[in-house]
Amino acid sequence: MRGLHKRYGQVDAVAGIDLEVERGEIFAFLGPNGAGKTTTVEILEGFRTRTSGEVTVLGIDPADGDAAWRNRVGAVLQESSAEPGLTVRESLQLYSGYYLEPRDIDETIALVGLEEKADTLAPQLSGGQRRRLEVALALIGDPELIFLDEPTTGFDPAARRAAWQVIEGLRALGKTVFLTTHYMEEAEELADRIAVIAGGRIVAEGTPGTLGGRNRMAATICFTLPEGTRAGDLPPELRALAAGEGEQVTLTTETPLVHVRALADWALSHGLDLPDLDIRRPTLEDVYLELTEDPA
Amino acid sequence: MTTAAKRGPVAVVLHQAHYDLRGFLRNRQARFFTLILPLLFLVIFSSVFGSDTVDGVQLKTFYVPGISAMAVIAASFINLVISIVVLREEGVLKRRRATPVPAWALIAGRTLMAIAVSAVSVTVLLLVGRFAYHVHMPARHIPGFAITAVVGSITFCVLAYAFSTGISNEDAAQPMVQAVMLPLYFISGIFIAPPQLPSWLQDVARVFPVQHLADGLHHAFNPGTTGIGIVWSDLGALALWASIGVVVALRRFSWLPKAATG
Repeated sequence: MRGLHKRYGQVDAVAGIDLEVERGEIFAFLGPNGAGKTTTVEILEGFRTRTSGEVTVLGIDPADGDAAWRNRVGAVLQESSAEPGLTVRESLQLYSGYYLEPRDIDETIALVGLEEKADTLAPQLSGGQRRRLEVALALIGDPELIFLDEPTTGFDPAARRAAWQVIEGLRALGKTVFLTTHYMEEAEELADRIAVIAGGRIVAEGTPGTLGGRNRMAATICFTLPEGTRAGDLPPELRALAAGEGEQVTLTTETPLVHVRALADWALSHGLDLPDLDIRRPTLEDVYLELTEDPA
Repeated sequence: MTTAAKRGPVAVVLHQAHYDLRGFLRNRQARFFTLILPLLFLVIFSSVFGSDTVDGVQLKTFYVPGISAMAVIAASFINLVISIVVLREEGVLKRRRATPVPAWALIAGRTLMAIAVSAVSVTVLLLVGRFAYHVHMPARHIPGFAITAVVGSITFCVLAYAFSTGISNEDAAQPMVQAVMLPLYFISGIFIAPPQLPSWLQDVARVFPVQHLADGLHHAFNPGTTGIGIVWSDLGALALWASIGVVVALRRFSWLPKAATG
């Protein structure tokens, strides 16, 4: 995808983005609400037309996506639901009839963990189960590429873990997955690569470990000063890094090992312990919030 | 596995009609409004007013074809508008469009289901009319009656696709279709025999398709009607309405939820 552009009236929903997704990878597309995530995905899925730019999905422009192309693409859409009058198994039977080479129905039900609910009507499923049915419907055609648009929004933590296992299972099947989400843990857990969109532009792209220079960002060392000591008692090289009020000290450092050692030497030589010592690297969430911060 | 898609377009249409029918049969409200309510109306009207005569014809002879027209409209228009709006707003239609199934196959399958439900509903009404109220249709008119009913069913399905484009949410669907259809039922020879209506009201009714479906079916019950019981002017009017419906639907119909795209 090159220079993808979508304009609504005076507003640029997507203002020229370039992305490339490799076959067989799980690609996470992150961004706050209104950043252009769903617009981009719907262009890729062929539901929306673009204002300008070049887009190829599996070698074809999705705007011209025909039945042969749709046979190779599966999608879990945002705010869509399964057939209201059909059971899990019937919904999959209906959908499998649309495809030339569908997956086995029972096997697909098992893949998303709905064996016990196979004969339950779709509206009687819980939110998480319904979303899993959607994933099953996206998989039934045995696609090469699957779009998952916020697949776990509104899930409780247990349901989210279960959904992640399903998505991990797609990796094992060799599928390419294009995942949009606003949950950092989700991207970190699943994705091979991540791109962050904000205000219609890609603001960062990388692996979960290196996104936005995360691997080079400063770490923080936090601890509480032991009774009877003050910040002024710390060795000078640590005092220079210190921030925080009263007993709580936070050191920001790009060389955490050197400073932890200095801190440990100082504490041990004074016969002190630092029971709540904590060393933190910036989380993906910290990086993300920094990247998507509104400049205004 | 040989899928419907592999067996060709006809198989896909039948496949869709089959699962649409299953969904319909599980929906209690749809079943009541489509299958039970017309029967209830036939029994009530025929029992209360059936033996009165207008122009020498017993009113029950009007009610059987009139209520049959209502049954076709209930299955083809009312049920379809509501289900289109619900499925569209819940994203079910969009979900289906993310698959290789062609749009026309979805529409044809759903229309076929409406024709099948209309046929069952009308057959029940005819049998009740025949055996409970002794209303007979000349046997040679049966093909004409059937053709008119099928053309009517297709016309009202097309109009349902067109009409659904004007309804933006699920809650509005039921009141909107009833608001349009109830007055038309009263002036189009469904609840009231046409000779009982003032002529200006009959003229108004003739503009709309309900009157032409009811009139076509009425004539099949009239022994004086020649041939197989077809009134070509009524079929023509239905076809005209169907083509208006096609134009509107082609211009305005969307598979995507209105609420989300607004």
